[in-house]
Amino acid sequence: MKPFDLQRADGLAHAGQLCADKHTAPIAGGTNFVDLLKLEVETPSTVVNINPLPLGGIEETADGGLSIGALVSNTATAVDMRVRENWPVLARAILAGATQQLRNKATTGGNLCQRTRCYYFTNIDQPCNKREPGSGCGAIKGVARLHAVLGTSDHCIATYPGDMAVVLAALDAQVEIAGPKDSTRTVPVRDFHRLPGDQPWKDNVLEDGEIITAVTLPAPVAGRQVYRKVRERSSYAFALVSVAAVIDMDGDSITRADLAFGGLAHKPWHDPRIADLLVGQSPSEALFDKAADLLLEEAQGYGENDFKIPLARRTLKAVLAEATGVKP
Amino acid sequence: MNAYFKQDEPDTRNLLDTGKQGVIGKALSRPEGLAKVTGTAPYSAEYQIDGCLEGVLVTAPFARGRITAIDKKAALAMDGVIAVIDDPRMTTRPAQGTAAAAPEQGPGEVDYFGQPIALIVAETFEQARHAAKNLPFDYEADEIGSVPLDPESAPRETDDGSSMSKGDLAHAMKTAPHTVDLRYRTHGHVSAAIEPHAAIAQWDGTKLTVHAAQQMPNYNIAELADITGLDEENVRLISRYVGGGFGSKLGVAEETAAAAIAAMQLSRPVRVVMSRQQVMQAIGHRSESRQRVRLAADSGGVLTGFGHEALVANLPGESFAEPVLQSSQFLYGGDNRLLKLEIARIHRSTAASVRAPGEAVGMPVLEAAMDVLAEEIGIDPVELRLKNIPEKDPDTGLPFTEHGLARCLKEGAEAFGWDSGPRQPRLKRDGDWWIGTGVASAARVHNVAEAKARVTLNPDGTASVQTDMTDIGTGTYAILSQIAGEMLGLPPEKVLVQLGDTDFPRGPGSGGSWGAASIGSAVLVACEELRGSLAEKAGVNSDELDIADGMLNGQPVSDLLGGKELSALGHYEPGKIADDYTSSGFGAFFAEVRVNRHTGEVRVSRMLGAFAFGRVLNAKTARSQCIGGLVWSIGTALTEALLFDPNDGHIANADLAEYHVPVHRDIPALDVLMLEKKDAAASAIQAKGIGELGMCGGAGAIANAIYNASGARIFEFPMTPDKVLQAMEDN
Amino acid sequence: MPITINDQSHELPDDPRVSLLDFLGTHIGLTGTKKGCDHGQCGACTVIVNGMRINSCLSLAALHDGDHVTTIEGIGTPTDPSALQLSFVEHDGFQCGYCTPGQICSATAMADEFANGWPSDASDSLTGDIAITPEEVRERMSGNLCRCGAYANIIDAIMDTVTAEKEAQS
Repeated sequence: MKPFDLQRADGLAHAGQLCADKHTAPIAGGTNFVDLLKLEVETPSTVVNINPLPLGGIEETADGGLSIGALVSNTATAVDMRVRENWPVLARAILAGATQQLRNKATTGGNLCQRTRCYYFTNIDQPCNKREPGSGCGAIKGVARLHAVLGTSDHCIATYPGDMAVVLAALDAQVEIAGPKDSTRTVPVRDFHRLPGDQPWKDNVLEDGEIITAVTLPAPVAGRQVYRKVRERSSYAFALVSVAAVIDMDGDSITRADLAFGGLAHKPWHDPRIADLLVGQSPSEALFDKAADLLLEEAQGYGENDFKIPLARRTLKAVLAEATGVKP
Repeated sequence: MNAYFKQDEPDTRNLLDTGKQGVIGKALSRPEGLAKVTGTAPYSAEYQIDGCLEGVLVTAPFARGRITAIDKKAALAMDGVIAVIDDPRMTTRPAQGTAAAAPEQGPGEVDYFGQPIALIVAETFEQARHAAKNLPFDYEADEIGSVPLDPESAPRETDDGSSMSKGDLAHAMKTAPHTVDLRYRTHGHVSAAIEPHAAIAQWDGTKLTVHAAQQMPNYNIAELADITGLDEENVRLISRYVGGGFGSKLGVAEETAAAAIAAMQLSRPVRVVMSRQQVMQAIGHRSESRQRVRLAADSGGVLTGFGHEALVANLPGESFAEPVLQSSQFLYGGDNRLLKLEIARIHRSTAASVRAPGEAVGMPVLEAAMDVLAEEIGIDPVELRLKNIPEKDPDTGLPFTEHGLARCLKEGAEAFGWDSGPRQPRLKRDGDWWIGTGVASAARVHNVAEAKARVTLNPDGTASVQTDMTDIGTGTYAILSQIAGEMLGLPPEKVLVQLGDTDFPRGPGSGGSWGAASIGSAVLVACEELRGSLAEKAGVNSDELDIADGMLNGQPVSDLLGGKELSALGHYEPGKIADDYTSSGFGAFFAEVRVNRHTGEVRVSRMLGAFAFGRVLNAKTARSQCIGGLVWSIGTALTEALLFDPNDGHIANADLAEYHVPVHRDIPALDVLMLEKKDAAASAIQAKGIGELGMCGGAGAIANAIYNASGARIFEFPMTPDKVLQAMEDN
Repeated sequence: MPITINDQSHELPDDPRVSLLDFLGTHIGLTGTKKGCDHGQCGACTVIVNGMRINSCLSLAALHDGDHVTTIEGIGTPTDPSALQLSFVEHDGFQCGYCTPGQICSATAMADEFANGWPSDASDSLTGDIAITPEEVRERMSGNLCRCGAYANIIDAIMDTVTAEKEAQS
């Protein structure tokens, strides 16, 4: 760990000012950040403790949604009775991730900013365009088991590893961001994370000096909510593939199909064409296959991760069958 | 007093059964248990030593080449850095088990990615860790493509000691009514002991004292003496508590050598703890393997041909070759036999012993192939195994010591509720999950080794046992207190067992499952001598002794001792028993699994192991060894695989997030049957090893259950969802 | 503000890089908390901070001013062990013993999580009553690796204690 100066944020504006420097980074729960500091993947000169900021509450919004503060722990979100009753898929996704110890520390904002688990990113003796722009991608011709099959570039095939954000994308939650000079902006979770393109070092749209203040869930909707995570161990493992689904039916007709996918891309994957295809249709295996065809139209494997393409298809179909009550 | 026993014959005296204390075999809790559960048992890195410096290893970022220059000045200018050490005596690989000599030395020559090349020593751990990541050095790396990394294409040698041929296997395969010819792959494993490799070294100008996480101080002292150039008298190794070994701490590794050399150069205590990533990359791993199994059987299911071939890998110059075929030599009959072990020379990290070297991957493959054969013949897989248990070792013709395979298969099947009815796949489903069962045999060769222990009766009538033997979680503290307690008529809590210090007599070390039987025999020998002395003092014949709870034939033992201690050094050595018999632990595994029909995820829902390993010394700790083996079986079957980068051979998943050892939720309630039957030719205490047997074949039972559940016949371990999906027809 | 560890107050380290784990072991000599992976991947370093279990390896000590930390030494001692510690000994819920303090700290905090009615990934219902079953305990303990493979015994040790505590309460 490179030596750094530890500062304490006295208010949001102060935190933003400090973090405007590109050698300065905020720390909240630290479960990912401290890991990367030790590996010297992250080498800030200054670390700002943002835990004193008043962002630790969960509040109902005027339109019946819920605003989850950036510093709310994953545990606090998952056990909040409003979340358990009205957005159960969010509680499920959080509980499917990591461990109780990690969820007790990890925060809403930090979890959104969680960095990839790509083996080459976390090993400073390996090339990685995300960690060291221009050094190359070790994974493309190396071991690509964890890696993306959608939205990759020649520069990076890393995945976003989290679970919570996948559900937030399915729910169309919004990220509240505070910027310089008391400015604020709101970004849909679906647009918060980026694809790697030719700037793989940018995981998301946050600019230097911007701080996530909350995530806002829209008002609850009717329907079945499912989070299905496929992993190699039965617990304490990142998703090979995950599917978040909110599906509602009117009789035999699908009226809502909000889906997002984890483990497939550099961001929680949301493809609006899938809802367009499904809504108004009667569920059937043929329809589910078409949804999978759309999802995976441009999927590309890199050897070791080729399996994710059929696995994503099968998991999506199983989730749709479960949520619509169709016997597969 | 010294007492020496070289065992040439089966020892049917069953001396332990003559004791009156009644503690041998009992399910007693470990004497060190309270220390462990309260966090007060000190592990190697935890000794609080004034002025101790912190060392962190620097590792090579390339597969093969040499370090041409190290900018020590730059490092020394960094905050807190005291020294940069690249002494030519530093080691670059772990010593193999029982080496008793230095492994490869000279950190300037690099043979694999992640090899230690220097040690940074600083005032604090944080300073050393940062400097180690930023030490500037120049190197010449051999060109990618010129360094052999892939076992398939690398130069290979035949391991003659593990190969044999008898009869004509090809002919048997041509003429038998039932044959299978199958090829399998297994991936690399690591021990992943939760305690990382760690050492604290102290140097007083003459003598080197090292607290180190080691399994075999009796060999390690010679290794450390050879590495440092010291005489053994001037080296003391202490390993009182070891946080798991599983083969990884058999030999002195790079951190211990580096700490010792640094302490000697700086004349200050130095602690070196490897990071988890360094443990994964620079400590030995179990070689991946490619295996071929050929089985030929007559119409009744009796084997006429048996072939097992394997290709494993290691660095050039390493003598160790994963002994994949070890149990195949004797487990099943078949007159036409071929065993062949080849070793590819590649530049990945050192291949070495990981729990149950050989059998851990050879047995699951053999047992998976036996399942295919059973299906081909149309015979129940338990029955197929029962039909093929040989009377004598089919290779050497030697008799077996106690042979428990048939008992384990039969009693295990009964306890598990094995259904010997039709076994076609996909007969049972619960929602999205196919359910099936599988069986496999267990076998693990049994060895004993030379061992010494001092047993002392103290004037107050209590006793102590001293040896440099270790307890790596295996239960040594418990069983030695029970053996001495039984023989000396003392409750085990009156026996103080002191281990893991080379100032004590040389034990056998913990490895190869030989520890308990060997050191237990040495303690027995010492106690027998003490009993003789006590009998003499009491004026009775040895066979008239009646000692229990500190009383000898009605008289307090402390009175007989008359205020003096009585001490004996027990020295046990295997004699002809080692040459005249084939000795093995045996067992049988039964597993029930659930396979998700959509995703290919596999969960073990039930598992039973029935094991026969001679005398049970402590029913609680022996069972713990067995369930540990079952857990490793599950890891081997489902999750554990090293992923090697094809371009530089480094281990990509070099941490515990991505190398998947089983977690709590992967493990169901486990059943263990210990089918005790004393084995007089196994050791002087009629016991055999149990530390590894529990995983020698278990992954095969799970593989067979996966097939029975889902119809997915998979030829690669571990059977991760991707492999299951590939092999599972649409359902 | 200082940090309170097992009811004793300590000054925080000067170097902000020091993890809570290294602070406990190296700086104040509480070596019961173990370093297994140093990256939040094994659970051996689990301690309880303000009632919540965390991986002390992934937490900077300097950020714990004012916090109350309970380590294995604060849960029980050889002369005054907790019921759970005794149950681990009785059920042989360990072998090498290295992951054991983390398992015990984790299970100690888990009891409160059950009492709070918090669900887990293994819970059928997110809003109903949570039964303390072996499967629930396995999921909740999955953040603590045991390479010796004592899992089945650890679950027995925990179930025994939790059941006894529940009976005592009712």
